[in-house]
Amino acid sequence: MKGSIMNRDRFLTNIRTKIGGLTASQPVEKPVWTVSPQKKVLKDYTPDQLVEVLEEQCQHIHTDFFRTSSNSLEKTLDEVLNHYGAKSVIYSNDERFVSYQLNPYFESSLSTGREIYRWNEKDKETSISFAEKADVGLTFSDMTLAESGTIVLFNKKGQGRSVSLLPRDYIAIVPKSTIVPRMTQATSYVQEMVDNGEDIASCINFITGPSNSADIEMKLVVGVHGPIRAAYIIVDDK
Amino acid sequence: MPMHIGEKDFRKRVSKGISDDYMRGAVRSAQERLQNRRAAAAEELGDWEEWRTLGQQIRSHTIEHLDYYLHQLSDKVAELGGHVFFAETGEEANEYIKQVIQKKNAKKIAKSKSMVTEEISMNAALEEIGCEVIETDLGEYILQIDDHDPPSHIVAPALHKNKEQIRDVFKERLNYKKTEHPEELALFAREKLREEFLAADVGITGCNFAVAESGSFALVTNEGNARMVTALPNTQITVMGMERIVPGWEELDIVVSLLTRAAVGQKLTSYITALTGPKQAEEADGPEEFHLVIVDNGRSKILGTEFQEALHCIRCAACINVCPVYRHVGGHAYGSIYPGPIGAVLSPLLSDYDEYKELPYASSLCGACTEVCPVKIPLHEQLIMHRRKIVEDEKKSTLAERVAMRGFEQIVHSANLYRTATKMAPFLTTPFAKNNRITKGPGPLRNWTDIRDLPQPANERFRDWFKKRNKQGGAI
Ligand code: SF4
Repeated sequence: MKGSIMNRDRFLTNIRTKIGGLTASQPVEKPVWTVSPQKKVLKDYTPDQLVEVLEEQCQHIHTDFFRTSSNSLEKTLDEVLNHYGAKSVIYSNDERFVSYQLNPYFESSLSTGREIYRWNEKDKETSISFAEKADVGLTFSDMTLAESGTIVLFNKKGQGRSVSLLPRDYIAIVPKSTIVPRMTQATSYVQEMVDNGEDIASCINFITGPSNSADIEMKLVVGVHGPIRAAYIIVDDK
Repeated sequence: MPMHIGEKDFRKRVSKGISDDYMRGAVRSAQERLQNRRAAAAEELGDWEEWRTLGQQIRSHTIEHLDYYLHQLSDKVAELGGHVFFAETGEEANEYIKQVIQKKNAKKIAKSKSMVTEEISMNAALEEIGCEVIETDLGEYILQIDDHDPPSHIVAPALHKNKEQIRDVFKERLNYKKTEHPEELALFAREKLREEFLAADVGITGCNFAVAESGSFALVTNEGNARMVTALPNTQITVMGMERIVPGWEELDIVVSLLTRAAVGQKLTSYITALTGPKQAEEADGPEEFHLVIVDNGRSKILGTEFQEALHCIRCAACINVCPVYRHVGGHAYGSIYPGPIGAVLSPLLSDYDEYKELPYASSLCGACTEVCPVKIPLHEQLIMHRRKIVEDEKKSTLAERVAMRGFEQIVHSANLYRTATKMAPFLTTPFAKNNRITKGPGPLRNWTDIRDLPQPANERFRDWFKKRNKQGGAI
């Protein structure tokens, strides 16, 4: 479905006369920028060094940091959920929960009285109302930025926007291979998709720790509208 | 709320600001904190100057080809199924937004922070047709609850209020029962606003940066409210100032990195949310319908003039956070929702000199703003250009003003003279000082001492103060 465009000609003609612009049919060449400081940041860092940077950054963004192997992921996750007092958990519909063999854990968790729900993109109402009351939202990270301590989520299909937003706490499982130096790598990845004419996710979220605000007397309050606490679990790749 | 806020008379606004002790203390500590954080973030990054150069190149290229990039953006958004409305004036924008809302029969609107909707008085227009517009940014929410108290800073709008005042407002208006601890106040707002997010029919957001090549736009926030506003309601309207755009994602990286560092000293804020079109098939949350409103409202008057660079602004408030005049008089004194150096440059351009002719003089021309601007806008030079234009335009000023302005200009044009004047000011002005405030100044400074920060001549000059500040560095 194509949307409408209203009032464009008049508006752009006015701009064009002011700046002496070209007609829109002539594409503008983006210049080559003379400097690119962003490409130098954490350049040549090994994956392990990037993990270190990420761990250090987590301290600045009020985020709990855990590291584990893929074999112990279930155990670590269980510990973190207990630590957070999670009685109800919502997780995204992501096949990595299967490949990291977390499904049996979720099933056994149910028997211990913990409510577990998988985001269902076909059932908006139930999904949102569960997420809204859940103690913990759980997702895998699609890309992880070491410099800023950021989880990048390409929110589409089963990777619902609300899973990392509405619950009280947010836990991200971070496969080590998803860690890159900084935002530059994530934006280049998206740029490439755009250049190739591929669809990008309708919502790409860069999440850096829990929500916060300094709107009252400039004092930092952690936990405003989004999650109040956040944890990253770094896991060696499967 | 229109662009203009508060008292009509500049002097009255200034004296109100100067006599508000809490506000001045709050402004001072906020400035220090934010400025330190920005400096630390810039230092940590290492090549801050290179980043600024890149930011400047991106912004000038984009504005020089604004017609092309807006064309591309609107094509992309429409391709994705979104609707784009180009509004030359605030009224046109409001009319369109009203239509969309009426068609949906919507009553409850959840809004995340947006300066441009303030500028065009959108809330009032929607309230006229019986809608309830809920500000969901914590600072904006506080102001809204308190009878629409105007914002005083573009990043921290409720900076002028202390926690006790906020507690009282919550008590009186919302039946709040707890203490003035910021955590408790914030938790209360979280609970209140949760209900609103879930019940809202329409979400309205501003736009930090649109990305032309993909038809996306990015929201830079910390609280999570903009995410709520774009995830829960079925209809979403995004209102952007026409200059808030970059070509591609590579450029988005740079302007976002500059913005978060310059604004709050963070590497990235908690949430950078990049949205592209309405939700796609097989998605549960996100809006079904998406409207992008691109607003001119006076901006195109600036294109092709010596002030074009003012449109490069990424609204980080770094210039506000270092400004000694802002420090002295606070945000409301500017009488515009855009205060500080950028406000002094932009407000007369978006409106006119009749309304804002004093603002270009509300500056000591110390140049600190230009030094910190992440996209290298020559702010203090633009202020001088404004002054020239105002003075040239004889009809706009009284004889006394003209004389004073010229005298003032001569002084600030010579660094030596400026130093002499401000160094001499302490003893020259002593007889005029009242409660440590100078009410009348000597010689050419006379007309300006009550609106300019002659950096508290009794204590230290701004340049010295600033030097010291910088040396102290800062912990976040
Ligand atoms: S003028 Fe520069 S420093 Fe001031 S708000 Fe705009 S971008 Fe920031």
